[in-house]
Amino acid sequence: MEAVAQQPSSVANFVDFQTEPSLYRHWKLSIAPAIQGGGRVARLIMDVQEDGGIRPGYKLKLNSYDLGVDIELHDALQRIRFEHPAVASVVIASAKPRIFCSGANIYMLGLSSHAWKVNFCKFTNETRNGMEDSSAHSGLKFIAACNGSTAGGGYELALACDEIVLIDDRSSTVSLPEAPLLGVLPGTGGLTRLTDKRRVRRDLADVFSTMPEGIQGERAKAWGLVDAVVKPQDFDAYVMSRALALAEASDRPRDAQGVELTPLERTIDERGYHYRHVDVMLEPQRRTATFSIKAPESRGPASLQEILTAGAKWWPLQMARELDDAILSLRVNHLDLGLWVFKTEGDPANILGIDSTLVSHRDHWFVREVIGMMRRTFARVDVTSRSIYAIVEPGSCFAGSLFELALAADRVYMLDDSKSSVALSEMNFGGLEAVNGRTRLAGRFYGDASRIDAVRRRAGAALGPGEASELGLVTFTPDELDWSDEIRLAVESRLALSPDAMTGLEANLRFGGGETMESRIFGRLSAWQNWIFIRPNAVGPAGALKVYGTGNRPKFDWERV
Amino acid sequence: MANTAEVTQQAIDYTQRIPNNVDLANDRALQRALERWQPAFLSWWGETGPENTANLEVYLRTAVSVDRDGWANFGYVRMPEYRWGIFLTPRDEGRNIHFGDQRGQPAWQDVPGEYRSPLRRIIVTQGDTEPASVEQQRLLGATCPSLYDLRNLFQVNVEEGRHLWAMVYLLHRYFGRDGREEAEALLQRRSGDANNPRILTAFNEKTSHWLAYYMFTFFTDRDGKFQLAALAESAFDPLARTTRFMLTEEAHHMFIGESGVARILQRTCEAMSQNKFTDPAQVRAQGVIDFDTLQKFVNFHYSATLDLFGSEISSNAASYYTGGLKGRFSEANLKDNHSLTEDFYAVQEVAGGEIVARQVPALTALNARLRDDFTREIQAGLDRWNRIPEKFGIPIRLKLPHAGFHRKIGSFAGHYITPDGRVISKEDWERQSPAWLPTDQDHAFVNSLMGRVIEPGQFANWIAPPARGINNLPIEFEYVRFN
Repeated sequence: MEAVAQQPSSVANFVDFQTEPSLYRHWKLSIAPAIQGGGRVARLIMDVQEDGGIRPGYKLKLNSYDLGVDIELHDALQRIRFEHPAVASVVIASAKPRIFCSGANIYMLGLSSHAWKVNFCKFTNETRNGMEDSSAHSGLKFIAACNGSTAGGGYELALACDEIVLIDDRSSTVSLPEAPLLGVLPGTGGLTRLTDKRRVRRDLADVFSTMPEGIQGERAKAWGLVDAVVKPQDFDAYVMSRALALAEASDRPRDAQGVELTPLERTIDERGYHYRHVDVMLEPQRRTATFSIKAPESRGPASLQEILTAGAKWWPLQMARELDDAILSLRVNHLDLGLWVFKTEGDPANILGIDSTLVSHRDHWFVREVIGMMRRTFARVDVTSRSIYAIVEPGSCFAGSLFELALAADRVYMLDDSKSSVALSEMNFGGLEAVNGRTRLAGRFYGDASRIDAVRRRAGAALGPGEASELGLVTFTPDELDWSDEIRLAVESRLALSPDAMTGLEANLRFGGGETMESRIFGRLSAWQNWIFIRPNAVGPAGALKVYGTGNRPKFDWERV
Repeated sequence: MANTAEVTQQAIDYTQRIPNNVDLANDRALQRALERWQPAFLSWWGETGPENTANLEVYLRTAVSVDRDGWANFGYVRMPEYRWGIFLTPRDEGRNIHFGDQRGQPAWQDVPGEYRSPLRRIIVTQGDTEPASVEQQRLLGATCPSLYDLRNLFQVNVEEGRHLWAMVYLLHRYFGRDGREEAEALLQRRSGDANNPRILTAFNEKTSHWLAYYMFTFFTDRDGKFQLAALAESAFDPLARTTRFMLTEEAHHMFIGESGVARILQRTCEAMSQNKFTDPAQVRAQGVIDFDTLQKFVNFHYSATLDLFGSEISSNAASYYTGGLKGRFSEANLKDNHSLTEDFYAVQEVAGGEIVARQVPALTALNARLRDDFTREIQAGLDRWNRIPEKFGIPIRLKLPHAGFHRKIGSFAGHYITPDGRVISKEDWERQSPAWLPTDQDHAFVNSLMGRVIEPGQFANWIAPPARGINNLPIEFEYVRFN
């Protein structure tokens, strides 16, 4: 196995989501020395290099970002979570004078394909949701130190933090200028977080989101757009005092040793992506990718000491990191593989054993972070615009936390065979919630307590095809004679359908029964945004996004649709 | 209606107190705005305007109308009683927009909603520079080289104050509550205040002595001229008319800068040729400013002023042009289609360790173009300066550094470029830049020459008298009376 990134020759401009701090070009992670808070506060400093775009053709001016910048942010957050457990609060800051961040680079968006824009927005959304996930579950708090202009995606990054501090220099504003300047919406949860998270009154949100210049000072505070406005001379000290206060209330450990996130063992070739526990087989002719996840050969370490010794090699963490990388790589590098098939293999007892280890140590910081990593990784599946089938056969291992992959799938096919089984564990009932904050079982049964209880009573048991079907855990259970034809037809018929219609249909069905802020961001906001993104008013020859920066005025079709 | 007379008596006589041609007496909304703002302006002037001047009587020019005779009324004025007026060049009824997307349509008499925020931003940014320069020059009066120069300093100060009024008028009259708030904020920001700085960086630097002051009025006020000239083309007619009138006053500020440096050169050349000195130390020992020092100040002020033009490539500048908000210098005299959508313009940038020219869409290069126009005028000014050493037979000339030298904004920012346009390393820059930019020692030397000369007709040793006085009065006229 090689740790070095390679790329399949069929993929032009392969995008690699793996990086590490020594390779960062745009961010600096700095952890305050012990005297200034005992290492409890990290500063994550944005200093985007203009010529460091992940694609040619644009300059990343004024701390604007593209996918490459956000890949580093995501990696830095992972490093803080795992390698710096004593860090309890993170200041998101800027190294540029009088500019915090001016959001996604407009020229990059103007040059990008629709798919690239959507993938970019999805990943940035997941990264920001991940910050809120860590704040809610892991005691890791975030402060946006808005030292200057905070525009568009820059303000959305701030909105993902627990607190926003804006400098009061009588010129710096927070703003969401997307609609007035670009004819699109803020694409990273801006509108939704204004209302659902910060409870900005809707009429004020309407004014704010249609004014290109934004709002500064006391009014920004009065409207709830920021938490504090502070004079330049007091700014750093105030931010640090808030960071320390948030750290004080955190239950992140004060004196724990971090766990190094060692480089993934990964080989990429024509056939697919090959990791230690995860393998993805690419079948371009069939427009299908088959994921195989291998269970460990034992239930692994049971004591905390052993778990920490295993570190990044501990199966749940290593598997999740591998799966995460595979999902991200496929999403952006293999757009035409429209169907993902999830398979698993191994002994279900080992997964159930690992799950019980996870549950019994779930309050320990490292185990908590590992569960968080699994949760966020599985949550990527929920919002992936691919059709997903899970295939359960003899020898497969859809047990406990791995069963979440079946629950995330659009359909589950289970071979009607005495050696086929699935199993549930405590992990299916809490800890691995979908992106909308509900367990996938609760979502599947629309919160019907009796049906959830019915499956809960069978937790730990090997459930054969009959019972699994009875409990509503699988879709179809063809027998051996029908099996291969059924699967072939299911694949072929799915792939014959319009990919756009499937993306919309799946997104609708996956999040039935109630909205949360997160589901609204991915559903309501991105659906509208994607519609706007392909309309001539945005991307036609005279569309606002296309002409931005050329000096030409957009020409709109004034008809309301 | 019984008591009209009484009401009239109590009301402020606006035309007396605030000379104007905007019918202030009948504009209640504007009166309301100014009632609040005027006292705030006066207290700002008292706090940050020229120091210790409340009792001085200064021979100043006051604009009382826009007629040929009205804009330059001379007489002694106690400075806090100076009548800051509001004047717009008279309206041309048939004026059309003459560039951009809406070329040929009538100029706007009100702000179109679509352009409200960029126009406000343009006006606020311009307006902010006016009080800033007054603040920067606050302490200069204490070291004036003559009464003539002291009077000129105050003239510039009151006119920068009037230019602030001009911008505030637009904010009050056309931008509603937001405009009133911005007008207030213009009085609240302070040059060089870390907590509350002026918007543009160059306007937060101290003008620490008279050499810096002349350089500032020559270089930086000329940026003001080019910005105003570009705004004088605006489709927003009140802005165009306001800035057009401001330009008549701006010319005098630049004259002070150009003639100030010329007079310094004159004295330096006199001292050099009398004594046949060429070594800067010997020249300095004569109590005059040597060429090396002057060159360093040219380098500094020219480069700092170039930053005021903003990024060479600017999408804002492009949309301002297309929208008709801000034109090019002398737009009406340019022979092209005034839309620029198909044109290209060469912009310099650093690529691969060298400075190269790149053709970019002309619309996006308008800042670069305005800057190039500025440089042409500045070069002409330097050529005039250089005739002085030429006349004395001294073979030294002042030169403009390369446009990439010492830049903080735009495509050269972050690179280290010599005055002759070579890209060098940071280490080389740090080693060599004391030879190119004024050092603390240079400032200390210039400051050592600064003393207060207030006897009528007398001039400090380091600067020659001007060729003629103000308003055809003799040089020894008592331009400032100390009471």
